[in-house]
Amino acid sequence: MRNVYLVTAFLVVLALSVLGLRGTKFIRPPLDVFPEWAFPGMKRQSKYKHQAASKFFADGRADRPLPPGVVASSQGPAGQPLRNDDSLYTGKDASGAFVARVPASLTVDRTFLEHGRQSFTIYCAPCHGALGDGNGITKQYGMGATPTYHDERLRKIADGDIFNTITNGKNNMLPYADKLVPRDRWSVVAYVRALQRAQSGTVADVPEVNQAELGIK
Amino acid sequence: MSNIFPKSANSLPLQLIIFLFGLGGIMTVGVTYYMTPKYTRVGYAPVQPVPFSHALHAGQLGLDCRYCHVAVDQGPASTVPAAQTCMNCHNQIKVDSPLLGVVRQSYETGNPVPWVKIHQVPDYVYFNHAVHVNRGVSCVECHGKVNEMEVVAHAQPLSMGFCLDCHRNPELRVREPGDVFNLDSPTITQQSGAEAGKRFVHDWNIKPPQSCSGCHR
Ligand code: HEC
Ligand code: HEC
Ligand code: HEC
Ligand code: HEC
Ligand code: HEC
Ligand code: HEC
Repeated sequence: MRNVYLVTAFLVVLALSVLGLRGTKFIRPPLDVFPEWAFPGMKRQSKYKHQAASKFFADGRADRPLPPGVVASSQGPAGQPLRNDDSLYTGKDASGAFVARVPASLTVDRTFLEHGRQSFTIYCAPCHGALGDGNGITKQYGMGATPTYHDERLRKIADGDIFNTITNGKNNMLPYADKLVPRDRWSVVAYVRALQRAQSGTVADVPEVNQAELGIK
Repeated sequence: MSNIFPKSANSLPLQLIIFLFGLGGIMTVGVTYYMTPKYTRVGYAPVQPVPFSHALHAGQLGLDCRYCHVAVDQGPASTVPAAQTCMNCHNQIKVDSPLLGVVRQSYETGNPVPWVKIHQVPDYVYFNHAVHVNRGVSCVECHGKVNEMEVVAHAQPLSMGFCLDCHRNPELRVREPGDVFNLDSPTITQQSGAEAGKRFVHDWNIKPPQSCSGCHR
């Protein structure tokens, strides 16, 4: 009997050393305790999930890109499946010139600006910096080309021009259209304008009642 | 007649029963320890085609998760970024790095980078990121401290028991909405006590589903 216990103890130690403890890092796909071939179920169904692979299409992707020239109606907002409001979707008016202001179909208010600030902080601040001065974190790693928003030219350009830069990119800056829907892009434009205004503020902009509070004479 | 069996054989049946009970115990412990997702999944860290480091990009550079996982707060899926997202910076930083060869190739040809999927629920589970992220459940609850990982590893079991643990007591694990994307932030309960956690769950009317049809359809 003693031998049986010894063999059992040996097997337990062997199993422990082969299997290890919970939480150890490993690179092979996780073991499936109830594999589909032995226990047929609905774990893997004949449907595609997002970003899945497909054997059917030549490029191996289940997510299909739009064929050229096609407008995805489901991506437009309700009532505008064809995106036929040029100034809203391209930042240009009928003559092809950039619109000077955020289109009138959008109301620029505090929530709109707050939304713009959030998007700006996520998508633009890493390069352009929280103040829009071009000193984002990536500057330390060698992205010297990022301009500040606070120069004469960029203060004067049209809102539609900034919208166009976000949508289509410019030189070294790649487009952000895949991350921001047109409405979000306009809210970022409005926030960039707010940053520019804030950086060019003077004492005269502070209401008189608050001047004493800030120690301004 | 001489004895065929030695005297000690009298206790053999009893000893065998004791041994079988012991063996049963060891088997039970082994199965509960090794055949659950806590062992089979936690720690899964496959070798990725590009040695992309979250510790560098999300931790050191401080990029927001949404810069790359764009729609995580807007829809069910949290997508892995396309190569263009990487080229936003890597068209100017580490332009010639051999580690980024796969990304550059993907950007030029349009074929996706073959990232290996780590977290995956079975097809009969309908998981949704946005409902969690917008209601104060941070990434860290389900993915661990990704911002400190050189290689993303499966940190939580993502089993049904794991989901239900939180769905039964969400007040222990919710965060302020502003803290959701900051993986180092404390939960409301850690910050201001269990009462505050309960109040948040009540005020925000957080009612995670516990009925089967909530997650299985
Ligand atoms: C990866 C770094 C990076 C990010 C992120 C980034 N930019 Fe830029 N941006 C640049 C660089 C580099 C330039 C200079 C482009 C050039 O070479 O003219 C630039 C230029 C600009 C310009 C000036 C264009 C002009 O007319 O000269 C504007 C406006 C601008 N960016 C807005 C934005 C906005 C809004 C966002 C957020 C949606 C953003 N950028 C995000 C790197 C970035
Ligand atoms: C610079 C872009 C970038 C940022 C920022 C980023 N990620 Fe990722 N993430 C990726 C890429 C690329 C992958 C796929 C490769 C991998 O798994 O390492 C990934 C994979 C993941 C995965 C594993 C996906 C799977 O296959 O199951 C998780 C979880 C994750 N990221 C969470 C986060 C969290 C949380 C944050 C914010 C702290 C974050 N990521 C920030 C690019 C990014
Ligand atoms: C906001 C800018 C930014 C984005 C976006 C970005 N990276 Fe990086 N990446 C960096 C910086 C900065 C470094 C560090 C460079 C250094 O150490 O000097 C780096 C380093 C790397 C390295 C190490 C390169 C080497 O040779 O050491 C890899 C690999 C890498 N990134 C992959 C990616 C991938 C894949 C993506 C897209 C999912 C991505 N990066 C997106 C800024 C970025
Ligand atoms: C309540 C738990 C939970 C939270 C919170 C959560 N995730 Fe996930 N995540 C999951 C599950 C479950 C999956 C697997 C989904 C699947 O199989 O489709 C997943 C998958 C992913 C993937 C891989 C998707 C893919 O298709 O490869 C990424 C990337 C990811 N999560 C990022 C994030 C980020 C970033 C956050 C925070 C903003 C976050 N997750 C918050 C549970 C969670
Ligand atoms: C850390 C806490 C936590 C974890 C872990 C968690 N959930 Fe949730 N879940 C919530 C909260 C909070 C809500 C939001 C309830 C609300 O909005 O009323 C929710 C809501 C849901 C919903 C309802 C969505 C809807 O449309 O109403 C589903 C489905 C769900 N979770 C599935 C899962 C699955 C599957 C897992 C495991 C992979 C999981 N959850 C893990 C906290 C969690
Ligand atoms: C919070 C979401 C959630 C709810 C509610 C839920 N489940 Fe699940 N269930 C899951 C997840 C996630 C898995 C996958 C576990 C895994 O892969 O390890 C699962 C797996 C299962 C499985 C295992 C199937 C297999 O082949 O292994 C069964 C059976 C099941 N659920 C039945 C139920 C029943 C019955 C109920 C109602 C009492 C229920 N579930 C409620 C999330 C949920």
